[in-house]
Amino acid sequence: MTEKVLLIDDEQDFLDALSERMRARDMEVTTSTSAVDALKMAKKESYDAIVLDLMMPEMDGLEALQEIKKNNPELQVILLTGHATVEKGIEAMKLGATDFLEKPTDLKTLTEKIKNAHTKKMILVEKQAEEKIKKILAVKGW
Amino acid sequence: MNNQWEIIGGEGLLFFGKMSASISHEIKNVLAIINENNGLIEDYTVMAEKGAPFDPGKFRSLAEKVALQIRRADGIIKNMNTFAHSIDEPAKSIDLSDFLGFAQALFARFAVMKGIALEPKPSESNLMITTSPFFLLNLIWFCLDLSMDAAGPEKTVGLSARKTDTGAQIGFTGLKDLGKVLTGEFPGEKEKPMLELLKAEIKIEEEIGEIMLNLPRDIGL
Repeated sequence: MTEKVLLIDDEQDFLDALSERMRARDMEVTTSTSAVDALKMAKKESYDAIVLDLMMPEMDGLEALQEIKKNNPELQVILLTGHATVEKGIEAMKLGATDFLEKPTDLKTLTEKIKNAHTKKMILVEKQAEEKIKKILAVKGW
Repeated sequence: MNNQWEIIGGEGLLFFGKMSASISHEIKNVLAIINENNGLIEDYTVMAEKGAPFDPGKFRSLAEKVALQIRRADGIIKNMNTFAHSIDEPAKSIDLSDFLGFAQALFARFAVMKGIALEPKPSESNLMITTSPFFLLNLIWFCLDLSMDAAGPEKTVGLSARKTDTGAQIGFTGLKDLGKVLTGEFPGEKEKPMLELLKAEIKIEEEIGEIMLNLPRDIGL
């Protein structure tokens, strides 16, 4: 099962290397160095997981996280940061982040978190579909 | 006087913490890039061991990327070291033009985060003054923090150093929105004790969009 991932970080060299490694592991990866551009991409395309840097120019990661969750609540966001504090981690989880990882990260751990995020999203989407069907059944009375 | 030192010490410690956190964050970013490039080397090696064609160009490119990040980290750590030693002596003779260049490098990450370009303007060379380097950096930061908010749509803050009759002056220019951001008192309670310690003065020219930090030739400590 191929995971579709959006990687957001203002360090182009980081994006280049990480995305190449992820693609070699059968993931479909899109990258963006701008949180503002990435928000537009997340509105247009569907992703299984978004990996987002916490400290970005223009818009910080928590702000971007809030925007993503507002527009698309089932989207799974994994936050990456150069400096993880407990406070930031708690704040991120409260705002709906799926996970919180510190840089430099181990790709095996990140991959596991992406796979978990994918599963979580599928369950959420299935639940939503089930609820829709229930509503239709209730209205149509079949 | 005790209260004044409490403010200076407290603000100084906050400033030291802010800079240290920013520097460590930047180093982590460099380490993350090196880590991913190292991972790519491992991936290519495994692929070559499994019989994939070996491409030396790919390895050379990765080595160049890692070398670039090592140079970047070296620059960050050199600045960190200079910053850490800025507190060693209560007063020291410095060349203000060079010092301003160092301050610009130290605060560059904050400017990038705010989407601001710091633009060094031609400064006079051999601008020697005797001052407290650490607290001068702290005061420059206070002025720059406000200047970045006042930069206006061009998002550029000019920095320059010039000689005056009594010492030297640092100019923060291009502050088109100075009038809009100056809602409270500036210099305020945290800047005033530091100005007193450095025997410095802040002048604000709203019409031309400039903050001027006047420094004496010698603070006499």
